[in-house]
Amino acid sequence: MAFEPKIIGFLCNWCSYSGADLAGVSRIKSAPNVRIIRTMCSGRVDPSFIIKSFQLGADGVVVMGCHLGDCHYQEGNYKTIRRIPFLKRLVRDFGIDPRRLRLEWVSASEGDRFAKVVNEMTEEIRQLGPLKLTGHNGNGKK
Amino acid sequence: MVTVNIDGTRIEVIEDTTILKAAEKAGIWIPTMCHSDYFEPYGVCRLCSVEVVRGKRSRIVTACNYPVRGGLTINTNSEKIKWIRKIIMEMMLSRWPNVKVVREMAEKLGIEKSRFVSLERDEAEDACILCGMCVNMCSDVVKASVLGFANTGINREVVLPFDERTSSCIVCGACAHVCPTGHIKMVIEDYKGMKPEFTLGPKTAITVPSLQAVPRVPVIDTNSCIHFKTEGCEICSTVCEPHAINYDMKDEIVEIDVGQILVTTGFDLFDGSKMPQYGYGKLDNVYSSLDFEHMLNSTGPTGGKVVMKNGKEPRSLAILHCIGSRDTNHHAYCSRVCCMYALKFAHLVRDRTTAAIYQLYIDMRAFGKGYEEFYTRLLDEGITMIRGKAAEIVEGKWSDNKESSLLVRCEDTLIGKFREIPVDMVVLCNAIEPRKDSDAVRRLFTISKSPDGFFLERHPKLDPTATTTEGVFIAGCAQGPKDIPDTVAQASSAAARILSLISKGEVEIDPIRAMVQEEYCSGCRICNNLCPYTAIEYLEDKKVSHVNEALCKGCGTCVAACPASAMTGQGFTDAQILAELEGLMV
Repeated sequence: MAFEPKIIGFLCNWCSYSGADLAGVSRIKSAPNVRIIRTMCSGRVDPSFIIKSFQLGADGVVVMGCHLGDCHYQEGNYKTIRRIPFLKRLVRDFGIDPRRLRLEWVSASEGDRFAKVVNEMTEEIRQLGPLKLTGHNGNGKK
Repeated sequence: MVTVNIDGTRIEVIEDTTILKAAEKAGIWIPTMCHSDYFEPYGVCRLCSVEVVRGKRSRIVTACNYPVRGGLTINTNSEKIKWIRKIIMEMMLSRWPNVKVVREMAEKLGIEKSRFVSLERDEAEDACILCGMCVNMCSDVVKASVLGFANTGINREVVLPFDERTSSCIVCGACAHVCPTGHIKMVIEDYKGMKPEFTLGPKTAITVPSLQAVPRVPVIDTNSCIHFKTEGCEICSTVCEPHAINYDMKDEIVEIDVGQILVTTGFDLFDGSKMPQYGYGKLDNVYSSLDFEHMLNSTGPTGGKVVMKNGKEPRSLAILHCIGSRDTNHHAYCSRVCCMYALKFAHLVRDRTTAAIYQLYIDMRAFGKGYEEFYTRLLDEGITMIRGKAAEIVEGKWSDNKESSLLVRCEDTLIGKFREIPVDMVVLCNAIEPRKDSDAVRRLFTISKSPDGFFLERHPKLDPTATTTEGVFIAGCAQGPKDIPDTVAQASSAAARILSLISKGEVEIDPIRAMVQEEYCSGCRICNNLCPYTAIEYLEDKKVSHVNEALCKGCGTCVAACPASAMTGQGFTDAQILAELEGLMV
């Protein structure tokens, strides 16, 4: 069976989640590989969630938030834009290709952009292949 | 008050009034060619010469600047005065024989021919008669003091400083306005599109913005008002009897505490010059729908008459639908209102003129109550409907090859042919588009926009007036193109929503809040500065942070940042999200 990447998407409630909803309502085709977790703001995405996702066997993680300046909470996405680059360096040290972690801005009106991001990401992870972590904590999931 | 006797009429006037004003009050006409109420009397034309008798002595004075005293007897029509006026008038006639105001004045004074021959004879109809009105206007009223007299005697002339263009001239046009002969003209160079004599905008610096303005009071355009350039003029405040004009008023920013906001910022009209093929702004008699609406208005610049720039009625007129809308190069959406107002235009033009009317449409969208009936009625009125969008508008000629006009090039898709239609006037039905500053407004209220750029409602069917931000509502064209009935319906709905919350007296808020588990909090205060709503305070006595639940909006930024996991976001706790994660990974 061909490799189907598992991607966890953390989507902010106001922009990206609505954007994903719009993509669905508009019947825009997108890869089913991104499994969405809704958060109120992309600023809520605790770095440990991302590490945990990789640990539990996710092949990629995408965090989506409002465009800069559009945050429903004024500046939550500015917190995110500072956290993700640090995290990219951290996952690289763990032996995870930083391309497996993405930060994208998708507004509530960008259903087509949501689909594009999802498809691109899925294709990229497909090329990278499954994530093989060594020395994990052996919780039996992987 | 003093009493004077003018031509046998006794009249009471305030002391120091000029004889001219006193005579005016007595209903006696004194000829003058250089006087204006706007500036100090100049006394240069000498036509207003009158005879002042005091006792046995009499003097000839100019009425415009001679102040009256008690007991004066003034003769304005004696033989001596008539003789003086005749000489002055004949001299003027000999020098400026074709100037209209001079000829009219001579006629009024009963002078037909001049006995003199002037060395400086100027046959021009718009010759400068050296009345000095422009010079006085410029120095006394406008206070720019640009124009002045040069030379003396027969060489006297009105000049600019050093006879060249000067930046001191504010181009207010006051000199041209007062010039009695038309010697001074306002020439507008490189003015695209509209001819200045047919501008559809305001023509004065103080104007009522629209007749529907609330409150309906005039406002001063400080960019074009003379007073704001030179501190001069102030003519409007001298003629305003209730003294309502205040030049010191400034725009002020008022802060009002409100609980709810209804955003109804409306729309902008698509700029027709973005589609150069239609010649808007370049070709004469090509109007946007708003220009044309203004022209059709009975209080508009033409009084509701449909006329071309040359003042003639158009022989034919084309109305072009979907300019900038239903066009993937500009706006993909339909502007909804154009079809119906285009039909209204056709109806009104048919009513007011005999012009042939062409409507060039893509699809006719007569969707509302009574609209389709109106469309069928229009078809019976003899409007030519052409299904096909116009390709371009060019200058052309009618078959009689006399007067130039416009040619509309289009494809008539119903007969499958290309057509060129000669018309005199074109009306473009420009798209409704989001306001230019809508992004700034959107960010101010943290509301979203839909792909077309209009503000996004919470739900297109179930909640069309609310937004994702509590307490902010939208209505009208700010939310999307719509006609008046739809706007009224949506605005009423929004008003009802707002009123229901006001009468309730309290606001329900989502239970999603951050909360500190005090036993885990080490008091590091990382979260305190992160909160955009300053909802987190530090309790000095307990040495822990505390969330003010009324201020917290539940974004969770602090939750993600807490190094001790002491902060939890209700509804989105770490445990809940991790459980979701585990569930997803199965």
